[in-house]
Amino acid sequence: MLQIKNLHAKIEEKEILRGINLSVNPGEVHAIMGPNGSGKSTLSAVLAGREDYNVTEGEVSFNNKNLLELSPEDRAREGLFLAFQYPVEIPGVSNINFLKTAIAEIRQYKGLPPMEAKDFLKLVKEKQALVELQVSLANRSVNEGFSGGEKKRNEIFQMAVLEPTLAILDETDSGLDIDALRIVANGVNKLRSKERSFVVITHYQRLLEYIVPDFVHVLYKGRIVKSGKKELALELEAKGYDWIRKELGEEVEA
Amino acid sequence: MKTKEISEVSKKLIEGIQSVQKRFDRVELLDSLRKGALKKFSEEGIPGKKSEAYKYSSPEKLFKNPLHIFNSVENVSFDFQVNEYLIPGLDAHIVFTVNGSFIKDVSDINDLPKGVIVSTLSEAVKNNSSLVKMHFGQLAENSKDPFSTLNSALTVDGLFIYVPEKTIVEKSIHIINLISAQENSFINPHHLFIVEKNSSVNIIESQTSSPKHPDCICNNQSSIAIHENASAHYYIVQNDEHVSWINNINASQDANSHFDTCTVTINAKWIRNNLNISLNGKNCETHLNGLFALNNKQHLDSHTMVEHRMPNCESKQLYKGIVSDSSTGIFNGKIFVRQDAQKTNAYQSSKNILLSDNATINAKPELEIYADDVKCSHGSSTGKVDEEALFYLRSRGIGEDSARIIMLGAFAEDVIEKIKISALKEYITGLIEKKIGGIRGE
Repeated sequence: MLQIKNLHAKIEEKEILRGINLSVNPGEVHAIMGPNGSGKSTLSAVLAGREDYNVTEGEVSFNNKNLLELSPEDRAREGLFLAFQYPVEIPGVSNINFLKTAIAEIRQYKGLPPMEAKDFLKLVKEKQALVELQVSLANRSVNEGFSGGEKKRNEIFQMAVLEPTLAILDETDSGLDIDALRIVANGVNKLRSKERSFVVITHYQRLLEYIVPDFVHVLYKGRIVKSGKKELALELEAKGYDWIRKELGEEVEA
Repeated sequence: MKTKEISEVSKKLIEGIQSVQKRFDRVELLDSLRKGALKKFSEEGIPGKKSEAYKYSSPEKLFKNPLHIFNSVENVSFDFQVNEYLIPGLDAHIVFTVNGSFIKDVSDINDLPKGVIVSTLSEAVKNNSSLVKMHFGQLAENSKDPFSTLNSALTVDGLFIYVPEKTIVEKSIHIINLISAQENSFINPHHLFIVEKNSSVNIIESQTSSPKHPDCICNNQSSIAIHENASAHYYIVQNDEHVSWINNINASQDANSHFDTCTVTINAKWIRNNLNISLNGKNCETHLNGLFALNNKQHLDSHTMVEHRMPNCESKQLYKGIVSDSSTGIFNGKIFVRQDAQKTNAYQSSKNILLSDNATINAKPELEIYADDVKCSHGSSTGKVDEEALFYLRSRGIGEDSARIIMLGAFAEDVIEKIKISALKEYITGLIEKKIGGIRGE
């Protein structure tokens, strides 16, 4: 589904990703962990198509298409979804109109007929329940005045509505209390399927207690330096990132 | 007495006015207005390059070529489709004017509430001369704007709207101000609106022109008196690329009155809007809102002046603009608080989006305060469409153009949501959506 080969990316003149290799198959959940500044958010931004980053080397294929050549909207239409670490508030744009437009454009891209209004409302209602998002979406602007937890739930809610094949969760756990974390994780777990894959980016192991990954990768200084099964997350939690630094001490230049 | 050196262009215009004035009907009331105004205008002329108030707009160039000074009593042949100019779904009293002349045949003012008058100014001068006299000079003289003076010097006709005491005009009065001339003309309609105590009225004015005609200047003047405890809404929709428009709206408010204006500019060639509000009584409320979306070389210069003369009044201004291509938007808003106007609450905000490197915004807020117990603030911002928000929308599958249109629509929404008449709101939303849909970012 997603193949990342030797991906290098810069922001301004600073190289942040320095040769990432990752392969995600349908239905898999991959966790990417790493200390601050290791490139976790850069990886998600590059995959979603943020223009501030300059890919200097490597390739990314998504469903056999060259992902890096696609515009951010086409990536979304192809089934990629990024749950933002900091969801953006957009005053004046109602949540409902925003989703309606997104669905309409995605369906048009796929050559599907427009969704009936009543089907859309039904879908919204059903998915809102999934993430226990009780705010009235019709009357409120996108994320405006939402609490931190509501914003993150809104991300998962949008994901549920748009039904991507690959979802990248960028530090979705940051700023969440334990109850909100559980709700968000439950939402994600209900969306897990044989066809749908997840890349869960996180700093802490805590989220992975709720969203249990198939694979865990450690990102450090722009490279994946260690990969393993879910137990790796626990080991990392116990030993801390210094363990990785020590292990790499001889290999990585200071 | 030392007089200001005035330009050749101004001299020519003054000569023209002098000869035209000779042909006007002798009406005492108007004669004295015109005479006084011409004298005043002759001393200052058209604002030149050194004029602070017109420094971004250089109006002199509009007068370089010979202009026919339009005399409102000239016959207008009427061959317009009225329906084209109506606002869909708006149940309104329709007042159709061509070059400032009220065309009664195609207007619809049959079911006005009792005592409400909609007529030409010249009729009012004959039939309601004391009313006209009481309000006229005072309102026009309040304005220091040279084009207001110029309009007074050439005042022949315009509209007269009178709402008597304790009268609610439920349906809006929709004025269609259409310019259609056979040669380069200078047109000076002068309107007088009077809202008596405890009354209310909504006026909508569409400024437009019929295609296929030469360059014209329409120099409008609306004098509006809002008496005690009365309420007036004045919406102006500017959607015209052919005529250069100058608007002077001079309003005076008595105690406990309410005045709301909203000027929406969809298209412009060269426009100057002066809103001059004088709060002459206690507890007045006034709202000035503006929205514009300009492209090509469109030019819009909006000036507001709110003069707080009495205590406990509130004025709020919100102007939002989108400029693209090589267009120019100017907002100069002045809040003037006199010494007696304690407990004034005055707020002003100008927000703009630049869509191109060649587009220009000039925003100049001014506060002049002589009272010590007031709340006054102003803010101005000019920037681009929020890139973060744009990316967020795109990351959900919304195309770049649609995302930009959504963002611009949301930007405009703050002003549009203040429009209380739903058919008008829908109409303006449609016009703005269409306009921003055609505007490209860079």
